[in-house]
Amino acid sequence: MTEERCSQGEKSGQDGSWQPKVVAFLCNWCSYAGADLAGISRIQYPPNIRIIRVPCSGRINPVFILKALQTGADAVLVSGCHPGDCHYVSGNYYARRKFEIFSRLLDYLGLEKGRVFFSWVSAAEGENFGRLVKHIVDEVKKLGPANKLVKTIS
Amino acid sequence: MWSEEITRNIQTVAESLLREGKVDLVLGYQAGTSPVRTAPAFIRTPQEASLLVWNPFCENNLSVYLPRRKERVAIIAKGCDARAAVVAVQENQISRDRLVIVGLACSGIIDRRRLALAVEVDQIRGFSLAGDSLGLETESGGQVQLELSGLLADSCQTCTHRSAPIADIFIGQRMPEREVEDEFAQVRSFEALSSQERWRHFMDMAEKCIRCYACRSACPLCYCQECIVDQTQPQWFGKTTATEDVLAYHIMRAFHLAGRCVDCGACSRACPMGLDLRLLNKKLQKEVKELYQYVPGLSLEEMPALGTYRTDDPQTCITEK
Repeated sequence: MTEERCSQGEKSGQDGSWQPKVVAFLCNWCSYAGADLAGISRIQYPPNIRIIRVPCSGRINPVFILKALQTGADAVLVSGCHPGDCHYVSGNYYARRKFEIFSRLLDYLGLEKGRVFFSWVSAAEGENFGRLVKHIVDEVKKLGPANKLVKTIS
Repeated sequence: MWSEEITRNIQTVAESLLREGKVDLVLGYQAGTSPVRTAPAFIRTPQEASLLVWNPFCENNLSVYLPRRKERVAIIAKGCDARAAVVAVQENQISRDRLVIVGLACSGIIDRRRLALAVEVDQIRGFSLAGDSLGLETESGGQVQLELSGLLADSCQTCTHRSAPIADIFIGQRMPEREVEDEFAQVRSFEALSSQERWRHFMDMAEKCIRCYACRSACPLCYCQECIVDQTQPQWFGKTTATEDVLAYHIMRAFHLAGRCVDCGACSRACPMGLDLRLLNKKLQKEVKELYQYVPGLSLEEMPALGTYRTDDPQTCITEK
């Protein structure tokens, strides 16, 4: 992991071929299925995304987001079912409060806007998922590689 | 409010609670190693009740000793201590029927660091209180008069609940609340800085932090048996004092207190490096209050902000595509 990050860092410094890494936490019931639909519908979107399937957006502990940013992600996406559609009835409602507070905290700390994204994507919204990923990758490319919170090993 | 009479009443109440067998333990304050310090007191017999003191040096939040306590316990509680006790009850850390909250009104405690700037603390032999003035006797026989209001801890300056909001026994009179124009004024002025300046500030803070975890130990609501920071499988947090690791700890410490922190200021006072940890906590209090109209520690029935939801909660963080 460390070696990979170092080599990527060098690449971004020298020939400008840096590609952002986006870690996406997608809920099993909606957003993961939405990403799947984007795939089987042959919808084109940037391949910079690494999907981690979670049971529910309510499963997301903000520590996951921090850890991702610290260990090499340039951006993090968390996506779940639309409010009212949670497979577990209310998981995303609890998640929404957590995300709202946490995103405001990150902003307050001075982390750039455009590193952490929260969204609702249903299983039927393959196209929206493609657009979302494109939007995120565009934003992160504007910001460049993450340099805040990133743990550098000297 | 500080007076000899209140101190005597505290001793009497503690003594009778223990004598009548209503509680097994009274948590209070006793004289510390210097006249201007107090130490937590664990009073278990009626005879010991006379050790209890009550003065503006009673800075510890004694609710830190409540979680998972099995005995019946009475706690001598200022406004913030009582609120922390209420949160501990809400979160099932102590059973309400084993807890007696002995509420008091507090006009604010003295910040040790402010006092040390004003006088040579080692030289103090005794103190006296009269209204807003603190009289200090020095070793050389001198007298120093200081205004209490100039020595108050930061958290006391923006205190909104000076009297214990929930109490089984209340000693003395409830106090009118302090006129605080905007309890979040410090947060607002910090928010007005650029994001680079804010980041710089927190990086400076992270550089100073030595990760002694005194903030965590002093906090009445950091009661997890195993803190996520200490976990090694998986290891979520780096253990070093590199700024990124330190900041990650402070982010999660503050976040875990979102909707729970009662702003007692125990974390900042415990910090040996003098870091203003309340700057993070206060921000989250502000957001929780503005977004969910929730102030922790005032009601046993209400659900904590992050333990409940409304279907129409604001969602400004959501990206729509």
